[in-house]
Amino acid sequence: MTKKATLAGAFLLVLLIVVPLAIGASGREDLYYTLTSVALLSIISAGVWITFYIGRINIGQGAYALMGGYVSAVLVTAYGVSFWLTLPLAGLFCAVASILIGLPILRLRGVYFAMVTLVLTEVVRLLALALPITNGAKGIVSIPQPGGISLFGITLLPDFATLTNPRLAFYIVSVLLMALCFAGLYRLKNSRIGQLCQSLQQNEELASSIGVNITYLRVLAYAISSFLGGVGGAMFAAISQSIYPSSFTVADSVNFMLNCFLGGLSYVFGPILGTFVLYFGWDVLFQTGEFQLLIFSSILIALMLLLPNGLLSLRFSSKAKGAGR
Amino acid sequence: MEQVIANGLYLGAQYALIALGLTLIFALMNVLNFAHGQMYVLGGFVTYAIYGQLGLPFPVALAASSITLAVVGALIEKFLFRPVVRRSEREESTMLLAAAVAFFLDAVILLAFGEKQRGVPKIVSGVFVSDGLIMPYDRMVVGIVALAMIAAFVLYMQYSKPGRAMRALAQDRVAAQLMGVKVDRYSMIGFALGALLAGAVGGLLVTITGVNSGIGGPISIKAFLMVMIGGAGVVGGAIAGGFILGMMESVGLTVLREYGDITYLVIFALLMVFLSIRPNGLMGKPWG
Repeated sequence: MTKKATLAGAFLLVLLIVVPLAIGASGREDLYYTLTSVALLSIISAGVWITFYIGRINIGQGAYALMGGYVSAVLVTAYGVSFWLTLPLAGLFCAVASILIGLPILRLRGVYFAMVTLVLTEVVRLLALALPITNGAKGIVSIPQPGGISLFGITLLPDFATLTNPRLAFYIVSVLLMALCFAGLYRLKNSRIGQLCQSLQQNEELASSIGVNITYLRVLAYAISSFLGGVGGAMFAAISQSIYPSSFTVADSVNFMLNCFLGGLSYVFGPILGTFVLYFGWDVLFQTGEFQLLIFSSILIALMLLLPNGLLSLRFSSKAKGAGR
Repeated sequence: MEQVIANGLYLGAQYALIALGLTLIFALMNVLNFAHGQMYVLGGFVTYAIYGQLGLPFPVALAASSITLAVVGALIEKFLFRPVVRRSEREESTMLLAAAVAFFLDAVILLAFGEKQRGVPKIVSGVFVSDGLIMPYDRMVVGIVALAMIAAFVLYMQYSKPGRAMRALAQDRVAAQLMGVKVDRYSMIGFALGALLAGAVGGLLVTITGVNSGIGGPISIKAFLMVMIGGAGVVGGAIAGGFILGMMESVGLTVLREYGDITYLVIFALLMVFLSIRPNGLMGKPWG
């Protein structure tokens, strides 16, 4: 445990200190945006991972990311609420919405659940187009930068609009959020609830017959998943200072799922690796111009053929077989 | 009113064909074919190339669409899905593969045919006009061809030897194998047949709505909707789902016109309610 904790701490330090120094030295400021996106997308993907963990294929995470983005954007622009307050509010809104939606649809399994969640992404997009408060296809633009937080006169967080380099600030906030999210996820996975969730993944009827409250557990897992989606979406809206109905679409929902698959569904940190590889891979391939999608998808297909159980299965494959996971 | 019903039937026939292909692939392989919409688009572009650009007769183009897609489907099954299904630990892995195939086909279509909206000359010109009904002749032809194809498909599945083998496979893979059904071969035929249907509808509809490289995703979503309404993996369910969705779309576009573009929002909302009452659709089997 201590060894793992040191490793995670070292990883975080590298992200927070070495990476900004390296970027500062090389002058590639645009990398901040890329890395921030990876951090946020991996938070959103972590939500999908949780639903995988209870044995459900979730292709609806884009719905909650969009919802979270809109909740934060509307609260900031229309009601003047501080962004930092809207961040948890966006997550909570999504969690409550997901409980209402989840109660009926979590009874579905396998492909049925996958299809319903896919449709859900489309529903939220159409809702964003139809509702008056979301401003239709024009979206909400020029959202102000997050303001500062001060407690007893001490500035905890400076006003982002006054910073010379808001990108760096966003990067640090996102990395911290990511660290928080995955630390929580790791804790959750190894807790009693995590064990119970795994029993859902293997056999819901059996779990239920032993006395596991499966309805409660799967709604809880889905709510946590949506919470993460909402927080990630709200952060995205703040960084791009805008949100449109097309900010998160079905393609994004599918990508979140792919991130988890690629990292490997059995590993907590799979979503980080999967997001990193997919996002950077996509970025690097940008130079190939019109062949970008072709090469990207070919690599994906090849990866599936060679490593059908995810990237992380490379390292753990020998151990994993005996452990039963 | 007659107009609404006629439109619904016409749409339903197309939709049912799309849903049939998807549900067939699902029933045989347990694969949710994300690339179904892309296969549809590919079929549309093949017809566009042969009928619209080379000027060959429409039936030739339609046949070419079907055959191209059948070959593509068979190859995808043999070289991509079969190895992954065999080796992966979780059957969800095929979804990643299906999504990757969808991206791949998108890329190929984009490179080969560009991003422009493409249309072809009408196959039959003229419009049928009566008291309450206005229907262009080409739509009627397309609708009738679609209905004929549905009938042919159902008869094929019901009475031919491969059809019977595929139904056995869908029912119980292991039992079918024990009875001497060549599982690999019929999986491939089934996948090819599913892709063929997608290509055929694409070829039919390009004469009316045209085709562009971006509509693959939305078509897939519609196909998922129909399959959910009817129940995954059931032929009758797919047909019912297709006609129900077609009818709802037709009615919704008329009734909800003054409220703006919310037909699909209403359909989705209804579907959520419906699925909470009948999680497996009208005729579907429970999962697992």
